[in-house]
Amino acid sequence: MSSIADTFRDEAAELLQELEAALLALEETPEETSLVDRVFRALHTLKGAGGLAGFDVVAELCHEAETTFEEVRSGEHPLDRELVSLTLAAKDLLRLLIEAEFGGAPVDPARVSHLLAAFRQRLGETASSAGGSSLLTDGVSSGLSTYRIRFRPGPGIFRQGIQPQLLLGELCRLGDAVVVAQLDKVPPLDQLDPEECHVYWDVILTTAEDENAIRDVFIFVEDDCELSVQMIDADGLLDDAGDYKKLGEILVERGDLPEEDLEKFLAEKKRLGETLIAAGVVAGGQVDSALAEQDRVQRLRRERQAVETSDSIRVKSERLDKLVNLIGEMVTVQARLSQLSNGREDAALLAVAEEVERLTWELRDQVLTIRMLPIGSTFSRFKRLVRDLGDELGKDVMLFTEGGETELDKTVIERLGDPLVHLIRNCIGHGIEAPEARRVAGKSAKGRITLSAEHSGANVLISVADDGMGLDRDRIRAKAIERGLLAPQAEVSDREIFNLIFLPGFSTAEQVSNVSGRGVGMDVVRQAIESLRGSVEVGSQPGRGSCFTLKLPLTLAIIDGLMVSVGGEQFIMPLADVEECIALTRTDRAATHGRDLVNVRDEIVPFIPLRETFAVGGEHPEMEQVVIARLEGKRVGFLVDHVVGEHQTVIKNLGRFYHGVSGISGATILGDGHVALILDLPQLAERAEQREQVAWK
Amino acid sequence: MGKRVMAVDDSATVRQVLQMTLEGAGYEVVEAVDGKDALDKLGRTSVDMMVTDLNMPNMDGIDLIKHVRQSPGNRFMPIIMLTTESQPEKKQEGKAAGASGWIVKPFKPEQLLAVIRMICPA
Repeated sequence: MSSIADTFRDEAAELLQELEAALLALEETPEETSLVDRVFRALHTLKGAGGLAGFDVVAELCHEAETTFEEVRSGEHPLDRELVSLTLAAKDLLRLLIEAEFGGAPVDPARVSHLLAAFRQRLGETASSAGGSSLLTDGVSSGLSTYRIRFRPGPGIFRQGIQPQLLLGELCRLGDAVVVAQLDKVPPLDQLDPEECHVYWDVILTTAEDENAIRDVFIFVEDDCELSVQMIDADGLLDDAGDYKKLGEILVERGDLPEEDLEKFLAEKKRLGETLIAAGVVAGGQVDSALAEQDRVQRLRRERQAVETSDSIRVKSERLDKLVNLIGEMVTVQARLSQLSNGREDAALLAVAEEVERLTWELRDQVLTIRMLPIGSTFSRFKRLVRDLGDELGKDVMLFTEGGETELDKTVIERLGDPLVHLIRNCIGHGIEAPEARRVAGKSAKGRITLSAEHSGANVLISVADDGMGLDRDRIRAKAIERGLLAPQAEVSDREIFNLIFLPGFSTAEQVSNVSGRGVGMDVVRQAIESLRGSVEVGSQPGRGSCFTLKLPLTLAIIDGLMVSVGGEQFIMPLADVEECIALTRTDRAATHGRDLVNVRDEIVPFIPLRETFAVGGEHPEMEQVVIARLEGKRVGFLVDHVVGEHQTVIKNLGRFYHGVSGISGATILGDGHVALILDLPQLAERAEQREQVAWK
Repeated sequence: MGKRVMAVDDSATVRQVLQMTLEGAGYEVVEAVDGKDALDKLGRTSVDMMVTDLNMPNMDGIDLIKHVRQSPGNRFMPIIMLTTESQPEKKQEGKAAGASGWIVKPFKPEQLLAVIRMICPA
């Protein structure tokens, strides 16, 4: 499980990329308002996530940029090249600020203050002198690097009042050091001037500091000494594979042994160190020092590997994605094999095909399980958010979580973070009242937000509920009429009113705060959830609170489907929605007098004829099938020619061209190479219901 | 008793800063107002290290360092000079005279202590 900061780092990388792409596109087509929205949203999300992960400077910078772009969005502020450049510069700096927390070079606070001032100046405010630098902390690098340092002071160093051992001591404070003194340049006693220094030192230092910090130790003597600092190992930076360099290589690299000599002595096939010392080519101290280096680096690498191989292995997620894609291909091929073998009366072939089918399903389930993660880690991210936001707004709020062990596809979880942040922010910002108001309303002063997850068929339901004041039906209605989203005399249900808050640019908050009220958020939530093939619903009771429910598929890649056929066309229905199938004869249908209702054990269930819905054409056969599905608690039937059977469905997205076609959620490739559409049953039912209402009027 | 440091500067403020910083870190401080005063006091008392300004009346810091390096008892004594950004050439001059290191004014107490720790730990 990765830390909050790691999560934010990955997320921010994506958002920054999106920000840059949108900015560059905006420069080309400044009149494209949807691009301004993209820039705005990227900044908004970064701000929110950054604040949550404790990246306060990032949040502050995003806030200023976002405010500027909000004015651009509302037409109060011109969009020009300069603003694009400024925001691009901010984007670059944001990246550095984030990387600084992960061992990157620290960012000069002046750069942040400078950009903040530039944005504030554009907004016509005077740049505050503090400029947010108070928030900046020194970047602490976490990665350890190992350096090979050789320090050979000038002979007169003592006469300068400097004692080399103090400098070496200072060096040892920087990390874990091995110091080897080299005595080979010390002259014989009769020629020795005790006021001169002839010893030199090799130091192998493992430290979190950078090379500059090492060189700073020698700043007073650097002009009169020989100093070399080389990085020989670092966490994740250098090639970790295999063993470290051999003794001979180290000596050659250090310049203690000429390369041609190495070849000569290696040819003797004896222990190299001893041979070299015996031949007087290399001093004993130099060999000791090289061996110390070898020992240190090998130990570090073994430790790192031990950490990595403990009880789990890290695999790049793209490899996992690739595996899932391959399984998808395999499922398709397996379907073809089954189809071919069914067509031949070859028992042996059939047996093999069935075996392959069984294995493929098992493999599919295993691979999909690898991608499943408990949602609890995402939930725990929000404890801090709730606490901090509550403090900021003077509200006392507690977060409760339920069902954290519920597992979801990794991709779904990753893309769920932002929508949940938005929802929680909204609950605290709009839903939960101030402690005083709560007491007056007879509630406990402490507000309550409940985050829960549970399985429901092939879906996971995630809900964010608060016990605040609930949505203000009249205010939403008034706002919608004001914005022209609703006709003044329109009669609409509570549910429809509440769903208006998911429209772009819809916000009833009167003041723009750091928390909510920019009208970005709810539409982003809906888009994000829909892009995951999910849906979002809101329920609310005045004074009792509101509850947002996200319905998400367990996995995005492969589903269990029910294949049906109409005319020559094949369609897939998600099996999780299907309850049963019943036969319908032409006589039965005639008896309904065109009302399309079927009696299922004394319950009247409406059905939708797919032949007409998709204009397949042709005659209805004598005997048809009604597939009964349960959608949001109601039973709806779908009239088809035949039920072909269960089908492992590898979901392929439809191209952009089909975007917005209702009733279809994707397509899949069948065993014989044909394409079948995957039906979105709730949408089909909704469409039919609307048509029915129109017909009644 | 901690090590003894001679702080040489014509500015009382600088001397006070040096005194407070060094005494806070466990050193004993002997003050001198210029090069001449410093040499006088060195003849009467022994110190482990010297921190000296460069621009001073009577005898400037460079001359002081040269004199100190010539006296047999103080040939290897650590000497830190206080320089300013405006006179980078003085740094070289001071080093040639025998200074161990330098600190650029204005400095923060922790910077001073970091340098002294490398040259003459308490």
